[in-house]
Amino acid sequence: MTQPTPPPKRTAKEKIGTPRPPMREQPPLERARNFLEVPFGYGPEQAMVEAERCLACGKPHCMEGCPVGNDIPTFLRQIAEGNFAGAARTMKETNLLPAICGRVCPQETQCEALCVIGKRGEPIAIGRLERFIGDWERESGAVEVPECAAPTGRKVAIIGSGPAGLTCAADVARAGHRVVVYEALQKPGGVLRYGIPEFRLPKAIIDAELTLLERMGVEIRCNEVIGMTDTIDELLVEEGYDAVFVATGAGLPWFLGIPGENALGVYSANEFLTRTNLMGAWRFPEYDTPVQRLNVVATIGGGNVAMDAARTALRLGAERSLIVYRRGLDELPARAEEVHHAQEEGVEFHLLTNPVEILSDARTGWVQALRCQRMELGEPDASGRRRPSPVPDSEFDLALGTVIIAIGNAPNPLIPRTTPDLDVSRKGQIVVDQESMKSSKRGVFAGGDIVRGAATVILAMGDGRRAAASINEYLESGKW
Amino acid sequence: MPRILRTELLAPRIRRYVVAAPKIARKRRAGQFVLVSPHPHGERIPLTISDADPDEGSITLIVQEAGKTTAEMALLEAGDELTDVVGPLGQPTHIVRLGHVVGVAGGIGIAPLYPILEAMQQAGNKVSVILGARSVEYLILEKEVRALGVDLTLCTDDGSRGRKGFVTEALGEMMASGQAIHQVVAIGPAIMMKFVCEVTRPQAIPTIVSLNPIMVDGTGMCGGCRVQVGNEAKFACVDGPEFDGHLVDFDLLMRRQAMYREQERQAMERFAAKDHTCQLEGV
Ligand SMILES: Cc1cc2nc3c(=O)[nH]c(=O)nc-3n(C[C@H](O)[C@H](O)[C@H](O)COP(=O)(O)OP(=O)(O)OC[C@H]3O[C@@H](n4cnc5c(N)ncnc54)[C@H](O)[C@@H]3O)c2cc1C
Ligand SMILES: Cc1cc2nc3c(=O)[nH]c(=O)nc-3n(C[C@H](O)[C@H](O)[C@H](O)COP(=O)(O)OP(=O)(O)OC[C@H]3O[C@@H](n4cnc5c(N)ncnc54)[C@H](O)[C@@H]3O)c2cc1C
Ligand code: SF4
Ligand code: SF4
Ligand code: FES
Repeated sequence: MTQPTPPPKRTAKEKIGTPRPPMREQPPLERARNFLEVPFGYGPEQAMVEAERCLACGKPHCMEGCPVGNDIPTFLRQIAEGNFAGAARTMKETNLLPAICGRVCPQETQCEALCVIGKRGEPIAIGRLERFIGDWERESGAVEVPECAAPTGRKVAIIGSGPAGLTCAADVARAGHRVVVYEALQKPGGVLRYGIPEFRLPKAIIDAELTLLERMGVEIRCNEVIGMTDTIDELLVEEGYDAVFVATGAGLPWFLGIPGENALGVYSANEFLTRTNLMGAWRFPEYDTPVQRLNVVATIGGGNVAMDAARTALRLGAERSLIVYRRGLDELPARAEEVHHAQEEGVEFHLLTNPVEILSDARTGWVQALRCQRMELGEPDASGRRRPSPVPDSEFDLALGTVIIAIGNAPNPLIPRTTPDLDVSRKGQIVVDQESMKSSKRGVFAGGDIVRGAATVILAMGDGRRAAASINEYLESGKW
Repeated sequence: MPRILRTELLAPRIRRYVVAAPKIARKRRAGQFVLVSPHPHGERIPLTISDADPDEGSITLIVQEAGKTTAEMALLEAGDELTDVVGPLGQPTHIVRLGHVVGVAGGIGIAPLYPILEAMQQAGNKVSVILGARSVEYLILEKEVRALGVDLTLCTDDGSRGRKGFVTEALGEMMASGQAIHQVVAIGPAIMMKFVCEVTRPQAIPTIVSLNPIMVDGTGMCGGCRVQVGNEAKFACVDGPEFDGHLVDFDLLMRRQAMYREQERQAMERFAAKDHTCQLEGV
């Protein structure tokens, strides 16, 4: 592969004054009807020019914003020099899955938010460059299979194949331990597979990561629900595992608790997205699992999950796709890029709008309308967010045929329920020591959304990393 | 992938499958089910574990052809593999010694009811069974139920075997006869379970029903299987599938079961129009 020549050096002033190169994207109205990825990513020249803009700060603030402490300045220097393999190696010291984080991290509130250039110009496009490196490595076939230490004879079970489980699996396998990952669904990847849609995270990327894990000797057993097929105690006692890492995520959907929620055509975002992404309903009838296709779809909620559902509805053929959210635009918790993309694609935002009842056809039971009330923002509450309160006598109905509820997820209770000596918080999260990820039960570690509640991919990966280090240490020393 | 060891046609469009699943065979308890998909593009459908042989490492499923997935399964033979078999899922039946337990099954419902009857009997209960079907040819597992040595009443809609009429009538008479009944377990089509509950409600006889809403993941992740029980929405795959029948909103259940009727019809038509063998090989 021919290396492009590094871009000319610029002064600090020039760097700050230059905006980041735009990323080419599929045109909004075209992409709103297909499942192909939206942004195309940087090419090598663009990446080098953008990376060269970094000021190589002596005290890089960007790193403080990254939950896993990626060595961002070194990584950017290597890209600017055209040393992509080196950049990939740097990134992977702290972040195993750059192609994924580059796409889904909320960069604008993390690393990029603290980049000094951002004070006067556009911050370095760290996420896009991370994505570039991950893609470059995969597409150029340069992925190096990490070396694994000689087999130790120890066995570790990992429950759940989301980002926390997969990251942990890699690091434990590297230490020479045998790793088996158990997954309840038919395909591994967790939310990366069943939740985040193809147009935002192509599944081929997850497949490539899984192939790598398999080449490292990690075994993935799908269709095994721990707590039912085997309990944690059975894994430790009967199956002879030396340690268990619980990374089962936050897969229990919340409903609103408003009247009419069981009507036909009301989905949790989990169901809607799982049917579409994992079960292949977007290719029905080629795949057997159906999903309802209706003219007007309202998604309730304002996070990434809501954006994914609303944009998926468009791609399934909805005439109109609405976001119904009780706070304002500035309070939307979704990544800025997703909100922007959703708006471009024609998703309608009904903000300061609170659903109070779902109305359905008395004869058929199908959803007909969403009764809402208008909200206004009051004074900031303890969390600093302005608290919404209803405007009196402001009820109105939105006519529609499908409602998707995307107001959040709680931890799945299956494991806690079947593991009596595991400490769990009032909210159902497994209680761990924040450093070692050790739970209250000897030999059992936990991380990701099952300990944090619904959080982010990078935090789950960070937990997987820390748990792996702690598991390796425990297997070495035998000390709990 | 789990292999089918044996299949057998029990009645028109009703088949028994014995499937190799050693772990599930050891773990399963009465009342639990598995999710099954016959091929990689398939739908995962819930099927009750009707029996298990831990020594052979096999579970028994009894399946009635209802649409595309079950029709596809009907083409499978011993030696073929299923893509997914996941379980055991759901809460096991609460088995305790109550006294007199009456099992009421409609049609294929005897398949899920059978392991419960067996467990109830082993727990020391006197067990009576009322088994109903459209006509004699659809009456399945009669021999197996008789072998349990329980008190058995057969009903067919057309009177071709046993008494003519519905299971609810037989149950009503049993209640009227003055025998003490401590619990009724009813499994069958939603409409039949609904009417059984109406029969037992006036005397407040505890009535357990096994609900069969449409399921996706079977682990509590999607909420698609939610059913209304009293004031609460419950997820049938993890909170059930068995519930207090007197609290269940059966009309809602029936509506939700029919939610995809149009797509189901489309899938079936497309399936029927194709040469099945080549379609199965093509996936
Ligand atoms: C639609 C959607 C969009 C999102 N978008 C973003 C985004 O843009 N950026 C971002 O940073 N975060 C995003 N998130 C959040 C992020 O995906 C999660 O925080 C992250 O995936 C958590 O990782 P995890 O490994 O803890 O669990 P998960 O990814 O949830 O994986 C858990 C896995 O464990 C399996 N499992 C559960 N119970 C059992 C059991 N008993 N036995 C065996 N297996 C079991 C599950 O099937 C699942 O595969 C999004 C979430 C959703 C739902
Ligand atoms: C806990 C439970 C245990 C069951 N046990 C048995 C059993 O032992 N034997 C048996 O023959 N049947 C059983 N069923 C019913 C069986 O799952 C359905 O008949 C089957 O899914 C039909 O699929 P299909 O593609 O052949 O038909 P379709 O044409 O797709 O559907 C026909 C009808 O089956 C129901 N159905 C469709 N898809 C699903 C799904 N994913 N989950 C649940 N129901 C669905 C719907 O009400 C639908 O109207 C059980 C259902 C549940 C929930
Ligand atoms: S992992 Fe996320 S926060 Fe860290 S540098 Fe990459 S994009 Fe930024
Ligand atoms: S803060 Fe910005 S300019 Fe400074 S090292 Fe980090 S990315 Fe480069
Ligand atoms: S089938 Fe998804 S929650 Fe029950």
